[in-house]
Amino acid sequence: MMSEGIMEHSDTAEQIIQCREVHKWFGTFHVLRGVDLTVRKGEVIVICGPSGSGKSTFIRCINRLEEHQKGTIVVDGIELTNDLRNIHAIQREIGMVFQQFNLFPHLKVIDNVTLAPIWVRRWSKDRAVKIAEQLLERVGIPEQAQKYPGQLSGGQQQRLAIARALAMQPKIMLFDEPTSALDPEMIKEVLDVMVELAKSGMTMIVVTHEMGFAKQVADRIYFFDDGNIVEYNTPEEFFLKPREDRTKKFLSQILTH
Amino acid sequence: MKRTGSQTSRVPFWRDIRVLRWAAQFVFLMVVIALILWAISNYRQRGMIFSYSFLDKEASFDLAEGIEFEPTDSYARAFLVGVLNTIRVAVVGIIFATLLGLFTGIARLSGNWLLSKIATVYIEIIRNTPLLVQLFFLYFAVILKLPQLSAAVILPGPAYLSNRGIVAPWPRLAEAFRLWWPFLLLALGVAIALIIIRRRTQARLGRPSIRAVWVFAAFVLIPLAGWFIVPGRPLWLDIPELIQKSGGVIKVEGGVTLSSEFTALLLGLVIYTGAYIAEVVRAGLQSVAKGQTEAARAQGFTNGQITRLIVLPQALRVIIPPLISQYLNLTKNSSLAIAIGFLDLYAVSQTMLNQSGRVVEVFFMIMGSYLAISLTISLIMNIVNKRMQIVER
Amino acid sequence: MEPSDIPPPRVEVGVLGWLKKNLFSPWYNALLTIVALVFVVFVVRAVLRWALFSARWEVVTINIKVFMIGRYPASEAWRVIASLGIVLVLAALTWLFRKAKGRPIRRWLVLAWIASFPVIGILLRGFGEDNPFMPRVSAEVWSGLLLTLVLAIVGIVASFPIGVLMALGRRSRLPIIRVLCTIYIETIRGVPLISVLFMSQLMLPLFLPPQIRLATVMRALVGITLFSSAYTAENVRGGLAAVPRGQYEAAQAVGLNKALMMILIVLPQALRNVIPAIVGQFTALFKDTTLVVIVGLLELLGIGKAVTGQKQFIGLHQEVYFFVAVLFFICCYLMSYGSRRLEKKLGVGER
Repeated sequence: MMSEGIMEHSDTAEQIIQCREVHKWFGTFHVLRGVDLTVRKGEVIVICGPSGSGKSTFIRCINRLEEHQKGTIVVDGIELTNDLRNIHAIQREIGMVFQQFNLFPHLKVIDNVTLAPIWVRRWSKDRAVKIAEQLLERVGIPEQAQKYPGQLSGGQQQRLAIARALAMQPKIMLFDEPTSALDPEMIKEVLDVMVELAKSGMTMIVVTHEMGFAKQVADRIYFFDDGNIVEYNTPEEFFLKPREDRTKKFLSQILTH
Repeated sequence: MKRTGSQTSRVPFWRDIRVLRWAAQFVFLMVVIALILWAISNYRQRGMIFSYSFLDKEASFDLAEGIEFEPTDSYARAFLVGVLNTIRVAVVGIIFATLLGLFTGIARLSGNWLLSKIATVYIEIIRNTPLLVQLFFLYFAVILKLPQLSAAVILPGPAYLSNRGIVAPWPRLAEAFRLWWPFLLLALGVAIALIIIRRRTQARLGRPSIRAVWVFAAFVLIPLAGWFIVPGRPLWLDIPELIQKSGGVIKVEGGVTLSSEFTALLLGLVIYTGAYIAEVVRAGLQSVAKGQTEAARAQGFTNGQITRLIVLPQALRVIIPPLISQYLNLTKNSSLAIAIGFLDLYAVSQTMLNQSGRVVEVFFMIMGSYLAISLTISLIMNIVNKRMQIVER
Repeated sequence: MEPSDIPPPRVEVGVLGWLKKNLFSPWYNALLTIVALVFVVFVVRAVLRWALFSARWEVVTINIKVFMIGRYPASEAWRVIASLGIVLVLAALTWLFRKAKGRPIRRWLVLAWIASFPVIGILLRGFGEDNPFMPRVSAEVWSGLLLTLVLAIVGIVASFPIGVLMALGRRSRLPIIRVLCTIYIETIRGVPLISVLFMSQLMLPLFLPPQIRLATVMRALVGITLFSSAYTAENVRGGLAAVPRGQYEAAQAVGLNKALMMILIVLPQALRNVIPAIVGQFTALFKDTTLVVIVGLLELLGIGKAVTGQKQFIGLHQEVYFFVAVLFFICCYLMSYGSRRLEKKLGVGER
């Protein structure tokens, strides 16, 4: 059961993602059960919840890595349907960072970043390289440009993944548990990049358990369980006054360490 | 591009991803069907027909190899002769190639430097030379260069080695066999029963109640008993003899004749496939981590036990799938028989084709036969493969 | 406490030590070594005695040109040498510029290689009968090692893209395409090459319009290409399976469409994985060209067989086939050596 959103009345920022009644089944397993979510431009949304709750599946539906079977998803005014053109347009506007990085091992660091702009946006090589170098600088690994991803540490690889996603100049960035596969000492460097990104005004949806990050920059935190949103709130309210029992139980589990 | 609110708009079908998927398949299928129809129309245009009625007609050619065949027999029977010849060379070839490959693979990994080097040289030479070259060499440069029958090399048996092939002693069935084969069946049944009981008691009590020796004894003693009980001898040994016929011509009678073509083909296939099997065996044995043998030795297992219980099961899991494909290769390579005159199914089919002119029909028969043989071998080996997995659990 | 400086027992080290460890240590090893040694000495002596004394090598030396270019007219042999020269020059250039980072050079080289095919084709085949400079030498006449190389190289180059497409088709999510590709691959892999050659030799013309006549060499090439493409397809399929799903997702997430994803991301990784298998397949194809003897084409082995039928060389099978075997051995060994070098080089680049 969804609680009433508190941002509904502020219409100053345009709505960039609208999900209504999104359902998805894996075979007979009902993984998403009517999810409603709205994101405004520049907002940072954090989604948390137990594993198997469907949160990763949900954000992967937004950029069509998974296909939703019922409901509507509208991104930047384009509806996500079976229309090939719409799908490609949406995928160009969304950048994604994966838990397993998924970097291209056969390409150098700089080529990982310039690949898509050159081939999809059709930029010239020089322009792509210039932007790429700026991005590598921004995420803090400019000196690694000529190396291969396998030669980088985990934290550097994930920061490279962020740079690769940013190279397409997306309007929205999706993060699927970006720090879960990292050794603890490398989590901070990645979170720092994400904080800077959030502060620069990027619209972000982040699936994570890093509550410190959420407190710092999230506009709202959503708690996902059993295929739907259980409750959402601003960070302060979410941690201090969780409304549902399931939320309280989850918070007690993840906040004790 | 239309910017909508949250209304679901109609997706134009030429951009709908689901439509595109099915359209792509449909188009693909149509293209394939169109090609087939076009091909068939060309075929008809040349006045060709498609019918298998020719199979009952007289073959009008003779087959020197294989089971009994007269030129008045049908094409169908000719084809059968060919198929049986192929199966004959394939089965014997597989057995010997496996033995050779096993021995060579183990030799390759042995601690004896000389042995391992010899194995390596053999493997490298065979794998880097085409099979057909090896066959030509064996047939033209070795077998056909053997002495004539009159001066044949005499091997223990006696067996006669000449440029006509090998004639060796061979057991043949006698009248009494009809009374004796039930003993063989009984021996097999008892042995299997004993093995099952042995397994069961081993699982329950920790040691088998029936010693392995007993199983072996049952397998040997029961037929042996039958041999003496049955009146007359169930088998007799057909020993070849060199006979001088009129006009100074030497012939050989009796025994079993392995023609020079068969011998050359068999030798070539065994040597060639043996080298590949050796590599498969080597890879399989090496895949068992050294730590396994060390741990086992530390636990007190004897060498024999280590090999039997630890190395072999794991190695076999890795060996069997590529071994299957080597067996299939051997079977397919047997078709090279036509290059040296052995009448396997492919060679017979070529003759049939030339005589009857039924190219497409014979072609389907050839393909069908090889596919059937391949499938059978795959099936048998897959069962063996699965058993390998079960035996461990 | 000073470490002991007593040298190890003499029998354990040096040549004696090595001999003992590797050849004689357990008693049965000593026995095996002796037996093996006797065997080796016997074989080597017999072979050497044959090769040096009783073998008549003039069958090879006199006919060397026939082995190389078969029935290609000797007066036009310069064209074969020119073709070989082109290939060698290109290979040398490729090796020289292998480290070059410049895109333009590599593009020119690729274009040069692609262009070399039609150029060499025309060079070997020539123009009409009456052309004085390069009279026609129809493909029917090409034979010997020349034909072997033509069949192998064209077969390899043609079967590779077909094989890749078949592998992609077999892994496709669209059922009809997957089924058709699987049928194609499994049928061809289940039958011997000889039957595929036979099919292309005898059956293919029956299914073409009566006006089209294909040269025997072309038909053999079709058979070889179809056959090899099925095996290449299986190798590439193995490589594709080893590419993690995350790569597909990352490529899609960054906006690449299906085609670009395959070409830029998936295939480079898939092919890198299976280079040894692919080169193994090419080596096998090279050896399999010998089978065209059975459909009447005279490549290297076939020419060898023809030579032994000539009056003055009758029965000299051993020398001829030994020579042919040695030629093949050298080529195949070089190919597998090259493949191992290639693997090492590409492996280094990745990590």
